[in-house]
Amino acid sequence: MLSDKDRIFTNLYGLHDPYLMGARARGDWDGTAAIMARGPDALVDEMKASGLRGRGGAGFPTGLKWSFMPKQEGPRPHYLVVNADESEPGTCKDRDIIRHDPHKLIEGCLLASFAMRAHVCYIYIRGEFYNEAVVLQRAIDEATNAGLIGRNACGSGWDFSLHLHRGAGAYICGEETALLESLEGKKGMPRLKPPFPAAVGLYGCPTTVNNVESIAVVPAILGRGAAWFSALGRPRNSGTKLFCISGHVNKPCNVEEELGIPLRVLIDTYAGGVRGGWDNLLAVIPGGSSVPVIPKSVCDTVLMDFDGLRDVKSGLGTAAVIVMDKSTDIIRAIARLSQFYKHESCGQCTPCREGTGWMMRVMNRMVQGRAEPEEIDTLEQVTRQVEGHTICALGDAAAWPIQGLIRHFRPVIEERIAQYKSGRAATPARMAAE
Amino acid sequence: MAVGTEGTAHAPEPDSFSFDAASEATIARILAKYPAGKQASAVLPLLDLVQRQMARVTGSGWVPRVAMDAVAHRLDMAPIRVYEVATFYLMFNTAPVGKYNLQVCTTTPCWLRGSDAVAHACRRATGITDWKETSADGMFTMTEVECLGACVNAPILQVNDDFYEDMDAESTERLLAALKRGEHPEPGSVKGRQTSAPEGGPTTLTSLSFEKAE
Repeated sequence: MLSDKDRIFTNLYGLHDPYLMGARARGDWDGTAAIMARGPDALVDEMKASGLRGRGGAGFPTGLKWSFMPKQEGPRPHYLVVNADESEPGTCKDRDIIRHDPHKLIEGCLLASFAMRAHVCYIYIRGEFYNEAVVLQRAIDEATNAGLIGRNACGSGWDFSLHLHRGAGAYICGEETALLESLEGKKGMPRLKPPFPAAVGLYGCPTTVNNVESIAVVPAILGRGAAWFSALGRPRNSGTKLFCISGHVNKPCNVEEELGIPLRVLIDTYAGGVRGGWDNLLAVIPGGSSVPVIPKSVCDTVLMDFDGLRDVKSGLGTAAVIVMDKSTDIIRAIARLSQFYKHESCGQCTPCREGTGWMMRVMNRMVQGRAEPEEIDTLEQVTRQVEGHTICALGDAAAWPIQGLIRHFRPVIEERIAQYKSGRAATPARMAAE
Repeated sequence: MAVGTEGTAHAPEPDSFSFDAASEATIARILAKYPAGKQASAVLPLLDLVQRQMARVTGSGWVPRVAMDAVAHRLDMAPIRVYEVATFYLMFNTAPVGKYNLQVCTTTPCWLRGSDAVAHACRRATGITDWKETSADGMFTMTEVECLGACVNAPILQVNDDFYEDMDAESTERLLAALKRGEHPEPGSVKGRQTSAPEGGPTTLTSLSFEKAE
């Protein structure tokens, strides 16, 4: 188990002062200029050595991503854009970083920008996080007034400006190229890649987009060393991670733990266990709504990291653990996610625009059982036709929850259809609440 | 169909819109964030500013078409580019709303914790029968929203800018009654939880002390 001394987010719950004086007492802004004196390339190498994989869902190695940026400043400025558009159902970790540990994020923005030779950074925060944006803006102003960012940041000789940009309620803007479109003042419609943002990003300039948590752990990694970070977790799944445990547990909460912790230990130790006990568990969505659901039999032993969850055909995603006990109408739980993706599709690619609506309508019939058994296969086929056939990953994200449902709960769907047919129409969908 | 008439038979589209002094001061700060020639980046912040000014001045936070034109003019954008942005993003209301916009999250994590009961309590307390409706007294509009990003404190009811967390039917009724009395209850967990910590208090970060602030 992770001990407190290895926890990065020491004000996760907001028990202490989030602002500069409190942040300094917790070790933020300590030796920042000395870290920068090592030079940009050394910082990128240290990040690579740490093994940090992006915390926004895709799990791409952060140091490697940074190394894609041009090694020299050219005529076009470089940008770092921080993705604070946290909207993946189940996920609420970046919110805590922003409102309780904003200086970790700001210091990380400076270090990451310096490593990628960017003088300007934008943080794109979802519009609904209004109060969180107020806290973050105050912390940015404090850091500017204290000379930590701005001209000659921390006395390093590096000029750095940091701006906060609020979104306005569109999940798709969490996709990195849609976010850039939105930041440029357009509808949030993803761009075709290549070119990748590191070549052609914000305003056509070299840009890297990183998740809040990925950036906020940078000062700890560079300050304490890659060896410290990579010793935590498992090989290729190093470090600590913020987990969000929601749904049918006795005590939902956020917690920072080592990657690779068994799911059952995570739930039992920190979230007070499954409502009604472990045997009352039906299924878990282990990494935010976009990853396939896993049944209890898998939950019994699965390890919570990128490789552990990939091995069971699911994913770590954002590490948002959505727990469902045996009272849950699992078909309705997934159908509601289908409604989510239908609502959030930007409408650009036909398979996603049409497919999400079609899948939602079929899923809604499946909730009632008003379907033919063969339609389960048709539905599965359609998810395969949406998956991989769109510009961005929203199509995949809409397909995977349904694939997970059919893979593990096909008998439940068949039983619902049989019930409907036999005239003992399924009882109206139960409420999941107690 | 003209922008701004969505869902209402009597949306009083104003004849004109101009930013007031308070908004103008904010606009200067917003525009300073973006490079020269890239002022279109300010379209979301300016539309948000419109909505806040409308709420402040008229009591209903929405974005009339004439205001979209004002934003287009200010940012040197074609009006259609502003219209398409204003209608793409959910947070911009293109028709008038009540004084309090009750944004009920019904996505799976909130639903698992009882968001149906929260939505039902909202309907009962306001007399509203369907999403996007405004109550007869103009106090409340009910909006179904997707995941608000506070799932370990589900269910969430967002009222204008504030998140009320760990809701149930009873606390929803209490909250709406307080709003009707003109009160503004403290946002956050209505169960008195410490933000996202487990109920009963944190079980991690308990061995740390940060007393010696500089």
